[in-house]
Amino acid sequence: MGNISELEVLLRPPAMDMPVYPPKAITLASGETMVVRQVAREEVPTLLEAIYPLLWVERDFYDIVAARLFGELLAYKRYRVKDEYVLVGLIDGVLAGMVNGRLVDEKTGMSYHTLTIRRGLRVGSHLFAAKMEYHIEHCQQEEVLIVAESPIGFRRWMIEYPLEKKFEVQHEMGGVPSWLLPKDVYYAAKPRLVAGHRPISDELMKSSATIILPEEETVVRQVAGEKEEQQ
Amino acid sequence: MKPVYIAGAGMTQFGRSEWTLMQLASVASLAALHHANLGDIRVDGVVVANMGAARVNRQTALGSALVDQLALYPATAESVENGPASGASAVKIGVQAIASGMADVVLVTGVERMRVVNGLEGTDFVASLSHPEAEYIYGVTLPALAGMFARLFMDKFGVERKHLAMVAIKNHENAAKNPYAHIQQTVTMEGILTLPEAAVNNPPIAEPLHMFDCCPVSDGAASLVLVSEDVAAKLGGPKVRVAGIGQATDTHAVHEREDPTDLKSVRIAAKTAFDRAGLKPQDVDVVELHDAFTILEIAESEASGFFPRGEGHKALERGETRLDGALPINPSGGLKAKGHPVGATGVAQLVELVWQLRGECDARQVKDAKVAYACNFGGFGNNVVASVLQREA
Repeated sequence: MGNISELEVLLRPPAMDMPVYPPKAITLASGETMVVRQVAREEVPTLLEAIYPLLWVERDFYDIVAARLFGELLAYKRYRVKDEYVLVGLIDGVLAGMVNGRLVDEKTGMSYHTLTIRRGLRVGSHLFAAKMEYHIEHCQQEEVLIVAESPIGFRRWMIEYPLEKKFEVQHEMGGVPSWLLPKDVYYAAKPRLVAGHRPISDELMKSSATIILPEEETVVRQVAGEKEEQQ
Repeated sequence: MKPVYIAGAGMTQFGRSEWTLMQLASVASLAALHHANLGDIRVDGVVVANMGAARVNRQTALGSALVDQLALYPATAESVENGPASGASAVKIGVQAIASGMADVVLVTGVERMRVVNGLEGTDFVASLSHPEAEYIYGVTLPALAGMFARLFMDKFGVERKHLAMVAIKNHENAAKNPYAHIQQTVTMEGILTLPEAAVNNPPIAEPLHMFDCCPVSDGAASLVLVSEDVAAKLGGPKVRVAGIGQATDTHAVHEREDPTDLKSVRIAAKTAFDRAGLKPQDVDVVELHDAFTILEIAESEASGFFPRGEGHKALERGETRLDGALPINPSGGLKAKGHPVGATGVAQLVELVWQLRGECDARQVKDAKVAYACNFGGFGNNVVASVLQREA
């Protein structure tokens, strides 16, 4: 922070020390390996490029998730959000999905968004689980505040874990009443929902070092569930 | 009974569609009419199969609606609701109309738009086919019935979860070659069963059935043009004949059956279809079975007469039911991966078989297929329609 102006220091939120999420590898139903790793601020523009075409996809609330995530990632890149982190899922280096969240304080985390590009392989479930793993196991937090913006998210998080109501807390996502994943519920759900192994091989680490974006048309088609045009 | 031929077959992409129910039905119908190349020969009748439109799409009288949509007046119009067997039931009614001489050309279209409601409501609407006092009120769903059936069947015949996974892997592999399939994604034994990650990738739905043992919920439509012998002769081209159709019922509540693992209705429907066709299971080159759940492909392959009872999973293990095996089953990907828009399924099975018999299936083509069989499994086996198609020179 030595080379930034005094005003900029005031504009930036205070930051806590956050551990780095150790990358892991997950074998998907297709047999493909998805590497889950944390992204650096410099990689954010690449992610914004992937999110941009989804701003107009209404299906499954991709538009609102994309719009909010776009803002959250920009805020992360430009130091306008407190203690945010971003994880991505990469298959052969190609972006399959991303998740983000932030630390409210030492004890409590807040989940922001889960955006799946490669659908049908539980990529979103794996990435959400990785996010919870980061809060509870790596940041040693006691609980994570969560909301869902789509019925799919509600099924995946609220029902599958299952989360507890903490409606007295308004979530940053529009003031929606929060749900809570306490540490004990996380550990109870872990065998069912948290997968992957560490450490990952050098080869996998290398292949996932650079984020490769799928074609814009492919992203929209995968998200909208459309297939190639028929005769 | 006069002979009946299938002159045209078409379908929409299965999956989740933004189209309306009538758009889906129209697109599939137009594809089948185009395939039939009827020219100025008029359509005498339209039969539409569907299960849930009254409830989930707020639309009834679909036969009349489709006639209007396609301007086929004054063609006769019927709507058929017979649970998951609606599709093949509608085909049977079309066949009867031509076989009796009441019509020369009948368009049969199956259509369903289920993804318009959420999963819970969709599951509930399908569960409404179960026995209202003995099953439904206790919360029975189709996955639950299939789970109980699977448990019994596996215990009795030594079928293991790996066999169920083998059905899923095979059918996903076939669907990956089918541009109309809902899920065009291959899966592996490691990814869905043997690796630790498989527990997360493939969660339980109704034990012992897991996610990859269950068909997806799909929107879609499929359509056939049935014609009389005279019309078939005028049209020329490949001739696919409806060689035999059989139908049988069983008790509504599954627990009332003497042996719930014995799919008696499949046995009787298949035997009737083969007898009417003058053919035997051994004559069949390609098969489409109603694998709404993986266990059903194994059970139906036995009850239809292709393998002895308790031997279906062994044939699967030997690779006999693969695309390149002695008896390919579900080259389309089956309900498991091609998808299951309930009212369209029975028609779509026959669409695939017509294409197979005409040699039009590209990467998933079964070589030299001349005789084909389909089993459309309604209820939980309480109403089954079996069909045998034959390619004529």
